[in-house]
Amino acid sequence: MKPSRPWLAPLLSAIFFALFVGIWHLATLPTSAAVQVDPEYAALVGQAAATGTKSAMPTPGEVGAKLWEHFRDPFYDKGTNDKGIGTQLAFSIGRVLLGFSLAALVAVPLGFVIGMSPLIYKALDPFIQVLKPISPLAWMPLALYTIKDSDISAIFVIFICSLWPMLVNTAFGVANVRRDWLNVARTLEVSRLRTAFQVILPAAAPTIMTGMRISVGIAWLVIVAAEMLVGGTGIGYFVWNEWNNLSIANIISAILLIGLVGMLLDTLLARLARAVTYRE
Amino acid sequence: MSAFRNAFDYKVKLQRGACSCGRHSSQSAHDLDEALEMRQMQDRVVEGAVMRALFPRDEVRRGFLKAVGAGTALAAISTLFPLGLAKEAFAQGAGKLEKTKLKVGFIPITCATPIIMAHPLGFYAKYGLDVEVVKTAGWAVIRDKALANEYDAAHMLSPMPLAISTGTGSNPIPWTVPAIENINGQAITLAIKHKDRRDPKDWKGFKFAVPFDYSMHNYLLRYYLAEHGIDPDRDVQIRSVPPPEMVANLRADNIDGFLAPDPVNQRAVYDGVGFIHLLSKEIWDGHPCCAFSASQAFVSGNPNTYHALLKSILDATAYARKAENRKEIAAAIAPANYLNQPVTVVEQVLTGTYADGLGNVKKDPNRIDFDPFPYDTFALWILTQMKRWGQIKGEVDYAAVAKNVFLATDAARLMKELGMPVPDVAKPIVVMGKTFDPKQPAAYVDSFAIRRN
Repeated sequence: MKPSRPWLAPLLSAIFFALFVGIWHLATLPTSAAVQVDPEYAALVGQAAATGTKSAMPTPGEVGAKLWEHFRDPFYDKGTNDKGIGTQLAFSIGRVLLGFSLAALVAVPLGFVIGMSPLIYKALDPFIQVLKPISPLAWMPLALYTIKDSDISAIFVIFICSLWPMLVNTAFGVANVRRDWLNVARTLEVSRLRTAFQVILPAAAPTIMTGMRISVGIAWLVIVAAEMLVGGTGIGYFVWNEWNNLSIANIISAILLIGLVGMLLDTLLARLARAVTYRE
Repeated sequence: MSAFRNAFDYKVKLQRGACSCGRHSSQSAHDLDEALEMRQMQDRVVEGAVMRALFPRDEVRRGFLKAVGAGTALAAISTLFPLGLAKEAFAQGAGKLEKTKLKVGFIPITCATPIIMAHPLGFYAKYGLDVEVVKTAGWAVIRDKALANEYDAAHMLSPMPLAISTGTGSNPIPWTVPAIENINGQAITLAIKHKDRRDPKDWKGFKFAVPFDYSMHNYLLRYYLAEHGIDPDRDVQIRSVPPPEMVANLRADNIDGFLAPDPVNQRAVYDGVGFIHLLSKEIWDGHPCCAFSASQAFVSGNPNTYHALLKSILDATAYARKAENRKEIAAAIAPANYLNQPVTVVEQVLTGTYADGLGNVKKDPNRIDFDPFPYDTFALWILTQMKRWGQIKGEVDYAAVAKNVFLATDAARLMKELGMPVPDVAKPIVVMGKTFDPKQPAAYVDSFAIRRN
């Protein structure tokens, strides 16, 4: 089939979205309960409890209103523990970028060495295989205990979780550079260092970028959980704080924003990856 | 003035001073420095006095320091003479705050009322402190942040400083309770579906949540269950769940109930998820719950700041004690920066006029109360329960631990300074009709049929 109608996919997306919101709206419509309670009692409890039911999921309208509220004033500061959602997102993004950059600084050179030397690859492989599958959050108590600073601990957790995909991908990319190119370099008597920078690096760049893309995705997943654990600032703290208040509308707003930011980060790295791809 | 010079530096001559101190170019620079380094200088004065007393002839002192080095000399002299204590005693008189910007951690529950309200209502500012109150996600995190000195002082469950000091569940670090925050104010909440199963004997197989292993909640729930013949380790499951997650878990039917701090109980009622089965005051009227805590290092390293901080807490606690202030406090601590709860929920907890979740409005003005005095006997009772449930093994020197952790003498002195009535005798502890004899803690532990020690 020819892609003759480019508007079709977005239209379908819009229909799916409308359908989803419609079902959500219908599912959360308040049921008119007939339970009678003492007005004095009703004044002391929430609307749902006053009619003898549990508090319900918020309707799409309520979530929309909350979102609008957040968008109108995203950077307010009402004290240490109550900052706008924009500020919280900025804190989280800052942590992710810092931890991720540190990991890139370690993973790319190390991956290069591992990829270029089969001996070191074999020697380090058992460690990488054991450390790679550890949930980054499992490091959290250890980090808090040894580093003794919750902010640095959160960054450390991001560092450790974004390290492995980059390391493994860099090593893989470097190890699998086409032999022909290396042979040509050797025939021309290019120095090892120059080979590394001018032949291997460009050749392995797409694989390295893929590793980075995976890493930043994982880092963004982990930061929310890490911030829920240590609190203080960040979008994870925001979710935790609203959970404290059982404010589902706020939590849904935050979830939506977390998704959007995650998508942005991914698109950004996808762009970068496209810039370094080459045709063979 | 040679009094301010380092008596441990062999190059310095104590008996002869060139200018007012010999370190500054002008008198104004000297004055500025002097104001900043007041405490340090006081320490030097004490050191100087001690050294002069030990070495009447200066050449001998200098020869000695030259030979062994200042560090060794300091260590050697400290074993003979309590230099630290002398310095502290001297500094008490000066009254200058070592530190004005402080960080105090709290968990968003009404137990923390004095710590929290002291911020919006200006009690910290009144004593010259600029305190940042930081909301923290859970007890283990607040413990770790306090141990890591990220917080100068913190809101803890009153058994936690005992656990930290005895090295139960962490490395032993001397920790103190300068003041209790609240008494009573907890409750057993059950899921609505259990509204016809009010007798604890029917609770076999229930899953309960408490905020932390080292909490009054854990000990009170265990005590209550055991008195009704339910073995808390075998017949039911008790797990530790952070307070904010409790209502969500109750709603999701993950647990059958909890003994939790407010506003969690009232919040469960507000959301139609649970009902209040029993207030904790019905188990032990006047039990302590949360504590204002700080490390021994902070207390002895910053005596003036510590006193100012403690005074603001004592003052706030006294304010919170008055029933007529409770509505104002509820409105001050309910916003997102502090508890992040609907005002009515906090108000019901603090005023004691509350919906019980079963359609009744109950009135109990003592549902939560505030009494800062850290009685030794509280610590003793907590230690007996830690022993009873096997959290501490081996012999316990109950009295010594209680005295070192719960700083009753300090609290009494400052309360007197603030013109507050100081309790002279400990209140008798009666838990579910059984009196605790603080002189016989070991016998008390052995008197229970259900225990793990």
